[in-house]
Amino acid sequence: MTDLTRLTAAQTAEAVASGESSAVEVAQAHLNRIDAVDEKVRAFLHVDREGALAAARSVDERRARGERLGPLAGVPLALKDIFTTKGVPTTVGSRILRGWVPPYDATVTRRLKEAGVVILGKTNMDEFAMGSSTENSAFGPTGNPWDLTRIPGGSGGGSSAALASYQAPLAIGTDTGGSIRQPAAVTGTVGVKPTYGGVSRYGMVAFSSSLDQGGPCARTVLDAALLHEVMAGHDPLDSTSIDAPVPPVVEAARRADVRGMRIGVVKEFVGQDYQAGVKERFTEAVELLRELGAEVLEISCPSFTYALPAYYLIAPSEASSNLARFDAMRYGLRVGDDGTHSAEEVTALTREAGFGPEVKRRIMLGTYALSSGYYDAYYGQAQKVRTVVTRDFAAAFEQVDVLVSPTTPTTAFPIGERVDDPMAMYLADLFTIPANLAGNAAMSVPCGLAREDGLPVGLQIIAPTMADDRLYRVGGAVEAAFTARWGHPLLEEAPAL
Amino acid sequence: MPGITREEVTHLARLSRLELKDEELDHFAEQLDAIIDAVARVGEIAADDDIPPTSHPLPLTNVTRPDEVRPSLAPQDALAGAPAAEEQRFKVPQILGED
Repeated sequence: MTDLTRLTAAQTAEAVASGESSAVEVAQAHLNRIDAVDEKVRAFLHVDREGALAAARSVDERRARGERLGPLAGVPLALKDIFTTKGVPTTVGSRILRGWVPPYDATVTRRLKEAGVVILGKTNMDEFAMGSSTENSAFGPTGNPWDLTRIPGGSGGGSSAALASYQAPLAIGTDTGGSIRQPAAVTGTVGVKPTYGGVSRYGMVAFSSSLDQGGPCARTVLDAALLHEVMAGHDPLDSTSIDAPVPPVVEAARRADVRGMRIGVVKEFVGQDYQAGVKERFTEAVELLRELGAEVLEISCPSFTYALPAYYLIAPSEASSNLARFDAMRYGLRVGDDGTHSAEEVTALTREAGFGPEVKRRIMLGTYALSSGYYDAYYGQAQKVRTVVTRDFAAAFEQVDVLVSPTTPTTAFPIGERVDDPMAMYLADLFTIPANLAGNAAMSVPCGLAREDGLPVGLQIIAPTMADDRLYRVGGAVEAAFTARWGHPLLEEAPAL
Repeated sequence: MPGITREEVTHLARLSRLELKDEELDHFAEQLDAIIDAVARVGEIAADDDIPPTSHPLPLTNVTRPDEVRPSLAPQDALAGAPAAEEQRFKVPQILGED
């Protein structure tokens, strides 16, 4: 009998549509898998058994009535715990929202439900999506299925780990500085940050509103495209949502052809001292693109080396403002309301008890960067860097169709190694941040294992805004060629759990 | 750039409405100092030049909709997550003084 947890999302949807498997069987197989392995992996903060089975039953009933099902109907999905889910707890990995049950669905949640996608539960994440390892979760770290003593990336480490341990064929993440792409890279999975404004932020708890973007995570490029198409598109409830058709991502993933494309290697990122095995796999991927018929050019983007410091001013600045809403008055934790403290004292006591160290650091850093006297030197300068980064991208995309780089400077590092060294942790986002600052679309796709530690390496592809389809053309071609060369998908080399 | 002092961190914590403990103040002062030292590099980019700031990747325009009554959350749903509620209102600790 087929192991239903090993199918791709496309195969699962086909099996459900043809009646070969029922959606309930598929959901139950994944719930069983969660029971078997998630005690070790700890990808989920909350598993919604009843909700998942009810959604699956509804898909089966619709099929029985002869209704036409969508391309992902009956496919299970792991949802990052940053999207509100009506009646199902949403914590954002924070004590301050522990036990909060939202009264409404995020637009992304609603679209998934309407498409018949079966939401299995909510996945672990760095608190408020601040982090690159998922160690900043108030509810403990998640293990990387390739080596449970290592990080699964962050902030969306629960989503990437759920995919890599076959607990779900699809997942959703959010990417403010790399939180979809970096977890994908270190777990051997696929992750896409769509163009800023491509996916609604309504009901997605805000970290840094001008950078945050939800996106699809999957084990294959085609599955990511199918999910992209379901979750993206204009939403009147988000004033930054782009009112234009979703780029033809599924068609591009199926086409998966780079012949005649011009691909740029970012010169400034080649000089960075990344891990030898990462560099080796990246060089091999670039060579592969050439063999597949692409023209490869070296492109200079001198401002990109300033993107990381600019990001660590802009994101904390916006966060310090966004997180002011956690004031202990309308929802979430309240501490010290015993009649002896003023409302302001209750707010400060609650935030002290409810936020973890990284969130406190960033709120204070943002408050500092926005203070009068420091504003021009920090936040103001960071905004200028943002302009220069955007100009460098514009110049680059006059010469090439997409840019490529390694997704991360290293493979998955051990849990605990960088947790109290913020600057070392921040370096994990070195290559992913420029696309957030400029709003570009970007993807991470597996490109092999590093020789020295046998851990996955990701290739990052960056496309101009609203040219997300190019990511899927290139990513699909890389995936197909590497899978043929290796004889199997990369994830099959991960140890059994 | 001057380093950040423990007094400044105390001030930032107050502005941020964080009732930090003493040991946190020492630890954060050290870490924030290192971070600020590293991010100050943004000052190297064309401080003299006439580069306009970018606050957002999209050209934002205000989005409005017709001012018509639409379905919304019922009061009991909106209050369901409140730490305290009374008479269809959020109940908060005392804000003003006794007199």
